[in-house]
Amino acid sequence: MDTFIQQIINGLVLGSVYALVALGYTMVYGIINLINFAHGEVLMVGALTSWTVVTALAGFGLPGWSLLLIGLVAAVIVCSALNFAIEKIAYRPLRNAPRLAPLITAMGMSLLLQTLAMIIWKPNYKSFPILLPGEPHNIGGAVINNVQILILVTTVITLSGLMYLVNRTKLGRAMRATAENPRVAALMGVRPDTVISATFVIGAALAALAGVMYAANYGSVQHTMGFLPGLKAFTAAVFGGIGNLAGAMVGGVLLGLIESLGAGYIGALTGGVLGSHYQDIFAFVVLILVLTLRPQGLLGERVADRA
Amino acid sequence: MRFSDGTRQQKLAVLVGAAVLLLILPFVVQMAGNAWVRIIDIALLYVLLALGLNIVVGYAGLLDLGYVAFYAVGAYLLGLLASSQLTDSFANIASAFPGGLHTPWWVVIPLGALVAGGAGVLLGAPTLKLRGDYLAIVTLGFGEIVRVFMNNLDAPVNITNGPKGIASIDDISIFGVNLGKTGHWFGLDWPKVTNYYFLFLLLVVFAVVICYRLERSRIGRAWMAIREDEIAAKAMGINTRNLKLLAFGMGATFGGVSGVMFASFQGFISPESFSLQESVMIVAMVVLGGIGHLPGVIVGALLLSALPEVLRYVAGPLQQMTDGRLDASILRQLLVALAMIGIMLARPRGLWPSPEHGKMASTLPPLGSPGDPAVPQPVNPNASEVTNADHSSGTRHA
Repeated sequence: MDTFIQQIINGLVLGSVYALVALGYTMVYGIINLINFAHGEVLMVGALTSWTVVTALAGFGLPGWSLLLIGLVAAVIVCSALNFAIEKIAYRPLRNAPRLAPLITAMGMSLLLQTLAMIIWKPNYKSFPILLPGEPHNIGGAVINNVQILILVTTVITLSGLMYLVNRTKLGRAMRATAENPRVAALMGVRPDTVISATFVIGAALAALAGVMYAANYGSVQHTMGFLPGLKAFTAAVFGGIGNLAGAMVGGVLLGLIESLGAGYIGALTGGVLGSHYQDIFAFVVLILVLTLRPQGLLGERVADRA
Repeated sequence: MRFSDGTRQQKLAVLVGAAVLLLILPFVVQMAGNAWVRIIDIALLYVLLALGLNIVVGYAGLLDLGYVAFYAVGAYLLGLLASSQLTDSFANIASAFPGGLHTPWWVVIPLGALVAGGAGVLLGAPTLKLRGDYLAIVTLGFGEIVRVFMNNLDAPVNITNGPKGIASIDDISIFGVNLGKTGHWFGLDWPKVTNYYFLFLLLVVFAVVICYRLERSRIGRAWMAIREDEIAAKAMGINTRNLKLLAFGMGATFGGVSGVMFASFQGFISPESFSLQESVMIVAMVVLGGIGHLPGVIVGALLLSALPEVLRYVAGPLQQMTDGRLDASILRQLLVALAMIGIMLARPRGLWPSPEHGKMASTLPPLGSPGDPAVPQPVNPNASEVTNADHSSGTRHA
């Protein structure tokens, strides 16, 4: 039972990160039908930026939470600017190009960001300082630390904020209109370019947040750290129904839970033949099952069968 | 450079010239050092892979991001059947083959093609209903699953030797001639890289002929019909299910054979060689060169594989200048990334796209500035890519 609760907690924390990143994927996909492969790299840049800021300011005797906050703000600013520039340089000129062209530039961008990060930050693993010390809390035999509580709370607040933004504000309405039909939206006075830029900036801010959380929780940062979370977050977005915000959240959290529960129990279930290092497989097995059995995803109203 | 415009004699002359050039190429390059021939060998392998992927992505319009899995299947097949890996792990296999397990090429190559092709059909079957990006992401998932298994199948029974990989794989030897050893024929030195050069060249020529014939066959036309509009193709009586599976299978077969070649050429394989990045590279080659167009695909593969390698040899001074931050492999990655972005921005249809597509695009009147979604899109007869979802038209097939 302890293991079960512990894996649920781990899964929720991991799922929060996936959900935040998945939102960025799903918003971009919903509006311009592009798998933004560079999105995971934005998470990585966010984590590395906050690491740089936090380690640079570590000597000034500031309390841990303020360091974390400053690091987060820096990461959000850098990532937003970066994603804004990426969209402008690499995706906008190709908006009416053959469909594979922007996909290839997105992959190229991902590779470019990874390489640049390797040049700037060197390829070694860097340990992220523990900023919120304190005894882990005990819940029914399982433990949860301050960072994990903070991650869960921040995610809930952020997701509510995003839902408000998309469903209640003018920008949100413009975004939904553009996703539905860019041509008609433009006729109604929406500027698609502005909306798309705003989408990329919001997505980047969420990814930066996820990156800082990931770094603070797992305690190490490196230039390849964005790849796998990015890939799984995309899986989560598809799982929930791509283009659907609530779906991305649900998909992210569910995927996190499936992964950590799967990793926790696969050893016992298979009698030790398969171990927890098969964790990475769960995301893809889930993805394949979902797409085969329910191609539109859990909450998707859009159909997979877009010709 | 339009071959189709020339007369028969001119074409023949170009072909003969190219053949002679390709035959003497390794002996000329050899003088500069075997490392350069090696670069050409690797480039030829990538051409083979790109040609295979072009069947899936270019002809049938199915975006496959897990192509490297088939490459891995071929490579591991040879790795297991022609090294001491299996005899070391399993006592009964060792006793069955007292002289060690050394499967000859005429067993391994067809077997590699068969197994990889079977894997392609197996992968294709559950994804038949999916299209475009969904298909891309599922194939990507398959590729990752294969890699995770390669990494972890060293316990409880050691099959793949995990991340350490399989070493000392046999060289291919054909009719008693071991390609791994330096030979002397016709007064020339034939080192390993040159022997493999001719083997790879032969395979590439064979592959080009197959692709060329396929493109013009009933099957090829059916694939392209599926690519342009699957529902219309189905209505015309094309068996889309079987043909899509055939495309996956054919593409995977090429990947499997390339894998066998790669394993025997390198003599060592590990899961690291079959990462997602490799899949992305191969897709990039196909798309950068000109999707669905054979000369374009070949150019794309040669360019992306050879150019960064060549630059690697001039990277030494740069590395010293930048205090070791820009070493050769980083520079290579940087160049590949920049090439992928730059070429796509400059030529979204690829460096050398299919000619008829180019013609049709130029005869269409420009219907408005790109980037303006308010302008209705022209019906796109030149969509050589996975057909674009016109998400503004409201045509959703339930």
